[in-house]
Amino acid sequence: MQLSREDLLEAYRAMKTMREFDERLHIEFATGEIPGFVHLYCGEEASGAGICAHLGDRDHIASNHRGHGHCIAKGCDVPGMMAEIYGKETGLCGGKGGSMHIADLEKGMMGANGIVGAGTPLVCGAALSAKTLGTGGVAVAFTGDGGSNQGAVYESMNLAAVWNLPAIFVFENNGYGEASASSWATAGGSIAKRADGFGIPQVTVDGADYFAVREAAGEAVARARAGEGPSVIECEMRRFHGHFEGDPQTYRTEEELAEVRATRDPITRFVARVREAGLLEEADFAAVDEEVGALIERAVTEAKAAKVPAVETLADHVYSSY
Amino acid sequence: MNTPTSTPAKPKTFRAAINEALKQEMRRDERVIVMGEDVAGGRGGPAEAEEAWGGPFGMTKGLIKEFGPGRVLDTPITEAAFVGAATGAAMTGLRPVVEIMFVDFMAVAFDQILNQMAKIKYMFGGKATLPITVRCLYGAGFRAGAQHSQCLYPMLTHIPGLKVAIPASPYEAKGMLAAAIRDDDPVFFFEHKATLGMREPVPDEEYVIPLGQARVMREGKDVTIVAIGRMALFAAKAAEALAAEGIDCEVVDPRTTSPLDREAILKSVRKTGRLVVVDEAYPRCNMATDIAALAAQEVFRDLRAAPRMVSPPHTSVPFGGPLEDAYVPSPARIAEAVHTVMNDK
Repeated sequence: MQLSREDLLEAYRAMKTMREFDERLHIEFATGEIPGFVHLYCGEEASGAGICAHLGDRDHIASNHRGHGHCIAKGCDVPGMMAEIYGKETGLCGGKGGSMHIADLEKGMMGANGIVGAGTPLVCGAALSAKTLGTGGVAVAFTGDGGSNQGAVYESMNLAAVWNLPAIFVFENNGYGEASASSWATAGGSIAKRADGFGIPQVTVDGADYFAVREAAGEAVARARAGEGPSVIECEMRRFHGHFEGDPQTYRTEEELAEVRATRDPITRFVARVREAGLLEEADFAAVDEEVGALIERAVTEAKAAKVPAVETLADHVYSSY
Repeated sequence: MNTPTSTPAKPKTFRAAINEALKQEMRRDERVIVMGEDVAGGRGGPAEAEEAWGGPFGMTKGLIKEFGPGRVLDTPITEAAFVGAATGAAMTGLRPVVEIMFVDFMAVAFDQILNQMAKIKYMFGGKATLPITVRCLYGAGFRAGAQHSQCLYPMLTHIPGLKVAIPASPYEAKGMLAAAIRDDDPVFFFEHKATLGMREPVPDEEYVIPLGQARVMREGKDVTIVAIGRMALFAAKAAEALAAEGIDCEVVDPRTTSPLDREAILKSVRKTGRLVVVDEAYPRCNMATDIAALAAQEVFRDLRAAPRMVSPPHTSVPFGGPLEDAYVPSPARIAEAVHTVMNDK
């Protein structure tokens, strides 16, 4: 796969933004200033970045409770996301959604989702719109290994195959559904191979390898745009943090956590490979790091300073008219 | 727009009124699509029928012929997937009309209804529009057993973000379905299976009955009977019988339970001072309790008698004939409740 310098810089910028965004949340959450639940994407960046590299504004994605990375990959405004997580009126959803419901339909981002697996039927609908309205768009559902066992997922895969929809089902297998290993919860040993039962092309890739994800996604997106129906991609990866912030991770060992950070970091691996190939230099990475650092700093500063929503808006947005 | 003119309206069945509204709305706006189980029927069968059924009850007959398979979509029997798909499609530019056949089947799609469809607009801070109509059959009296006979509209009325329309008759159904399809919010549209063959004059032209506006079916001064859907027809029947006894009932059909036309109900109760509420839904937390509580809170001092609620017993809907007949509120039971409030002095 030949990627331009611009492609590589964009990939690095996307992954680095996701990482810095969520590592900063890890620190800020501990201060108690952030309301509710937060689920971090660290260690999974290659999936969101590699898949969304093929998508534009006419394309849609539906995410899950671990959705910050997907939002960033799809082009959501980073300070707007941060403000939303802080529950401020300047947030992307005016402070009514929070971490688990960040959305921006103008960017084709159909929402993070507090119900695992629930984005898959929504994506069938977005794919149906693309097909009916002839936009040429595709729709991608990001589901975790935990969500992969929900019935709605298989109903959706079946429907997408029956209706021949331009839909892609991405399963981010990060090793654990909450506190239980995916190897325990997934009968048959493979999420992707379940697609065989629907006659849907499937592939399993190393989810810490940006290039592998990007290549698999390119094939799936091309298939969808050509009217050849849905695809399934399983990305094998490990999350760096717990299920939620505050999870003591008593189901994992110190050794495993250290090993994951050392060998399964998609950003470290991306940088090593690109450097080795002489495609980007230290200064290129440093420039992006500085840019991303400043963006995250600004996002947090603005979010903290922003106003909370006015109580008068409590009952707004329930209906278009009532 | 509300009062159609020109040619005198021909009698049409409930089924025909629904079918006509669907066709007119699909002609009017090409973003309107119809989906559900066997809305055409016959896919993949050896008869290669273009339209084997036209809907399990024939409500969508002829749609595929006129609008084609791109806008009239048969689905596998997977309510979670296609109700969710309707939500996703609505978020991205279409105006889906989904048929879930019997409302009982919403149970298997309930996450998509409760947590997705109903909440997306709110969770997104208003930055989403969800023009979805979900049509479903409801009600007992068909010997269909406990899983094909429920009402369940109070459960949907309970959920912010959803609207609920329950037309009583063919004329009402056509105008209210047009309103539901043109509405920018999710509307659950209830059709009583025992009234599908009912006939009354229905104009050929398009017309709209706005959601959230009750109608006074009969004016009266002694007692207000509030009744919904098929029960509004029963209430009118009871009122007729009571008139012969000299009891003058006012019958109010709210038409939609969300939004609920509170003012129309309260205005009538203020006038009569007596209230009977009839609801075919299970008796706990149903529309009868909701409306009786509304009256108790808002017009307590205008009441001359304690409100009465007429609902089925707190049981599942029975299959057997005599049991089901005893289950459904009847005009006689409504009349009995009216006598009770008249004698409460």
